Amino acid sequence: MAIIVIEVMPKKELLDPAGKAVLGALRRQGVEGFHEVRIGKRFELHVDGVAGEEHLAQAREMAAELLSNGVIEDVIDIRVEDSPA
Amino acid sequence: MKVGVVTFPGSLDDRDALRAIRFAGGTPVPLWHGEHDLHGVDAVVLPGGFSYGDYLRCGAIAAHSPIMAEVIDAAHKGMPVLGICNGFQMLVETGLLPGGLIRNDHGSFICRDQTLRVENTDTSWTNGFEKGQEITIPLKNGEGGFIADRDTLKRIEGENLVTFRYLGVNPNGSHNDIAGLRNDTGRIVGLMPHPEHAIEAGFGPDTEHAMKSGTDGLIMFESLLKQVVSA
Repeated sequence: MAIIVIEVMPKKELLDPAGKAVLGALRRQGVEGFHEVRIGKRFELHVDGVAGEEHLAQAREMAAELLSNGVIEDVIDIRVEDSPA
Repeated sequence: MKVGVVTFPGSLDDRDALRAIRFAGGTPVPLWHGEHDLHGVDAVVLPGGFSYGDYLRCGAIAAHSPIMAEVIDAAHKGMPVLGICNGFQMLVETGLLPGGLIRNDHGSFICRDQTLRVENTDTSWTNGFEKGQEITIPLKNGEGGFIADRDTLKRIEGENLVTFRYLGVNPNGSHNDIAGLRNDTGRIVGLMPHPEHAIEAGFGPDTEHAMKSGTDGLIMFESLLKQVVSA
């Protein structure tokens, strides 16, 4: 079994209020070494058997059309990982 | 005149929208997200709520639901569409309106009676207002921050697409205080605040005259009906 991993992040130039809230939580834990936190999404598309070119093509298309919104987010990676199972 | 309101799983304000249409003198028609049938309506309202749990992104899964294929097709042919709150989020997700809506900059859900300035009356849904009129209707959202890149924002302002702007307080960090937009024809309008919650005295925002007597929202639904009658 294979997994196609798609990673989506909010655009760099946009404020990420969720990340900002987590940065505040880090500070309250006494952690001062980080100046920004950004929160993105990881999608795992599971494939029975081998992830072929067709699966990847569909994943790329859906990453652009449904899984991300290009106005507010960037798809930063699409890759195949072998499932541990 | 038949005006459809689409109910999605997780819609909250579909019943209020149907009621607003009836109060304005139209015939409300409930529509269902899973169908490919607009039941011959003359216009559509996409209501507020948390469609499909707002998983993925607000309005994103709804924007790809079966009925939206027909709504988008009809909208391209000139059918008036109003998107309120979650409906506005659907309209930007479909690309029928420009820009995007993200989490409020302060990170909190906000619920308040919000004053707006009507910036554009050249639309199917705002022609009953006077340009520059100040209105107050409820606002309630967690992800109402309107954003667009610099070029898009320039086009939105240059083509007078801003239909409503927040007055007094910018409640969510929206660029240029944008609360609502129209498309280039003015038939499609989306806004974060809720006109359907300000249509009947006794149940609307407070005014200087009496508690809960605000009915500014009704004018949006009357605008649609007036326009179709005169057309």
